[in-house]
Amino acid sequence: MIARNPIPHPTHAPPGAHEPATAKQQFLADAAEHIRDTGHRAFVRKALGGYYKSRDTQQARYRDWEQARDAASLAKWSAVNRLDELLPRFVAAFEANGGRVHWARDAAEARAIILGLLEQANAKAVIKSKCMTSEEIHLNAALEAAGYGVVESDLGEFIQQLRGEPPYHFVFPCMHVRRDEISDLFGKHLGTPPTDSPEELTMIARRHMRRLYVEADVGITGANFLVAETGQISITENEGNARLTVALPRLHIAISGIEKVVERLDDLAVLLPMLATAGAGQPMTCYNTLYSGPRRAGERDGPEEMHLVLLDNSRTALLADAEQRDALHCIRCGACLNVCPIFKNVGGFTYGTTYQGPIGSVITPHLRGVANWNHLSGASSLCGACTDACPVRIDIHHHLLHNRRNAARTAPSRLEKLGHRLFVFVASRPWLFAAGGWLFRKSLPLAKALKPPLLSAWLATRDLPPAPRESFRAAWQRRRR
Amino acid sequence: MSDRTPAENTAAREAILARIREALRVPAPPPHLSGHAAAAAPEPNGRPGLMILPAEAGRPWLPDGGDTPAESLRILADNLAKLRAVFFQVPDLAAAADCLFAQARERDWQRVAWHDHPLVAGILAGIPCSTLRIDAPDEAFDKRSLEACDAGITACECLVAQTGSILVASDSCGGRALSILPHCHVVIATVDQVVPVLADALALIRDRHTANLPSMFSFITGPSRTGDIERILVLGAHGPKELIVILVG
Repeated sequence: MIARNPIPHPTHAPPGAHEPATAKQQFLADAAEHIRDTGHRAFVRKALGGYYKSRDTQQARYRDWEQARDAASLAKWSAVNRLDELLPRFVAAFEANGGRVHWARDAAEARAIILGLLEQANAKAVIKSKCMTSEEIHLNAALEAAGYGVVESDLGEFIQQLRGEPPYHFVFPCMHVRRDEISDLFGKHLGTPPTDSPEELTMIARRHMRRLYVEADVGITGANFLVAETGQISITENEGNARLTVALPRLHIAISGIEKVVERLDDLAVLLPMLATAGAGQPMTCYNTLYSGPRRAGERDGPEEMHLVLLDNSRTALLADAEQRDALHCIRCGACLNVCPIFKNVGGFTYGTTYQGPIGSVITPHLRGVANWNHLSGASSLCGACTDACPVRIDIHHHLLHNRRNAARTAPSRLEKLGHRLFVFVASRPWLFAAGGWLFRKSLPLAKALKPPLLSAWLATRDLPPAPRESFRAAWQRRRR
Repeated sequence: MSDRTPAENTAAREAILARIREALRVPAPPPHLSGHAAAAAPEPNGRPGLMILPAEAGRPWLPDGGDTPAESLRILADNLAKLRAVFFQVPDLAAAADCLFAQARERDWQRVAWHDHPLVAGILAGIPCSTLRIDAPDEAFDKRSLEACDAGITACECLVAQTGSILVASDSCGGRALSILPHCHVVIATVDQVVPVLADALALIRDRHTANLPSMFSFITGPSRTGDIERILVLGAHGPKELIVILVG
């Protein structure tokens, strides 16, 4: 039984376990630490190098990538804006296929539902395929506290589980871990000899996991799309671990956010290839599987029961914000993380959130409170790389601006207000503006030499350019003469 | 802790649906599109309707799936090669059997699993190893024996040229585990099962959406793979390390 497995199951320190009031300080401290770690940054950039290459190759196979983005965006826009109609339609079709739906208003309710299902089924060992919604509700910690053995079957998630860390990136969970660290980890927990071959390391996990699929009595998965037309749930994966998780155990529990509904089966003809191309530079992810209920009469294998937990957990709060509603179009491909200069510099853990990177910075203040998470809106250079990369055209970087604006409205900073007033006073008086500029040019070399308190932190890692000899206005006047 | 009562579930359902209805009272701005207009179909209740692209039929902007059967076949073979699947095209069932037996000898298979389907049963007699029929009526399904098999041999619903995908269904392709648990997956199909694009395969699924919809459909696109260790591609993460497609005709 997995429950008696010698592997300890470290309890994840859930992101945000620290006091919410310190989430911003935590971010700043972690970011400063990561930015200094040039080895880590170089490693993450190298890992992403292959992604850029294959993504570009695959995007070039589309006859018009921009129109494909339009279609994907429209499919999601239509579904999210008609959720009141499509969600009940999906549920009716899903239940007609023999599955059972459980509605969860929040994380605690979702955990209670799942624990109830496990108890009712007299389950002992649980195998999971990758599921970010389960990270969001901190399911593993709850299952372990209740005495269940839980194993993550996705290779990256398995490595993170052994390390006792949450995923670093919601699509590439252990992209920050070097192969020698994985070799040591497997040696320590599985007793395998050291190796520096990614292939051999993968085979160690494969051999280890095979027994567990056969022995587990419950399989827990996420869902990528809920198809209203047919009542099927679609699961996308590369490794085959989700297929095995839903083939061998006798109970299947899927967890999905309510926003995953699409209207038509045909929408997947656009969304499945685009998810693969944007997310991992593939033409299609290796396994895209549609499930509609438990084993049918006449089928030889598959679970006896299939349950779906539909999770709100503040998604309706985001839905209520019409301006940012398109953030619910997100298909969790992770493309915005892969191109984000902030993510590449501060790393995945610094965010302290279940969903990292630009999209996480947009949705987390909605899901977990603006007051404590608005600092993430500042974690952007507003370069717009995320928006350009998004296959469903979420206006990510503008939403970060919207969040900054909303925060300024609800909790304005006095210092910022004072600063703006001072600027308006100076800028509306040309003589004062010119005098200010002169003073700045003259005092810049002095500031560089003296490093006064406010500037020293900035100057510790950056060089200031030399002061210009004259103001822009003076140079302009001279040129016109 | 016990299961929730139906009343508790209904209460949660009503609460969430009420929140959704309330949230949607304010309409969202239309989506940003790359330039060409989307047609908004009006809805009777006055809410924004479903927006559809005028030229959606055929989706001439997705990757090409070929306009003729010959072109589709060429694209399929090309995609399968890029995905590192092994692809054979043979003239008839006898040649398919020869091809399969050669694979069995080359890889030294001890035991292969199969399911009852004319294409599979038709070529299996004489294979140089022992066999396990997964859907034998008088035997219970045994996942341990299946796990010990070297290969699983299945039919498929169709093959998609555009993406190089193979569509399997739980009722017609030997259930859920046969195509994922053994270390090698062999697909036997006929050339008329090749469809150009993903939408064709999805239409096929929708047509089967009747009272007895299979509990699983899976698009298989190449052998199982992972890039979780330093983003370096490794084949055979948890599913089959090898995918062999034998196309008859």
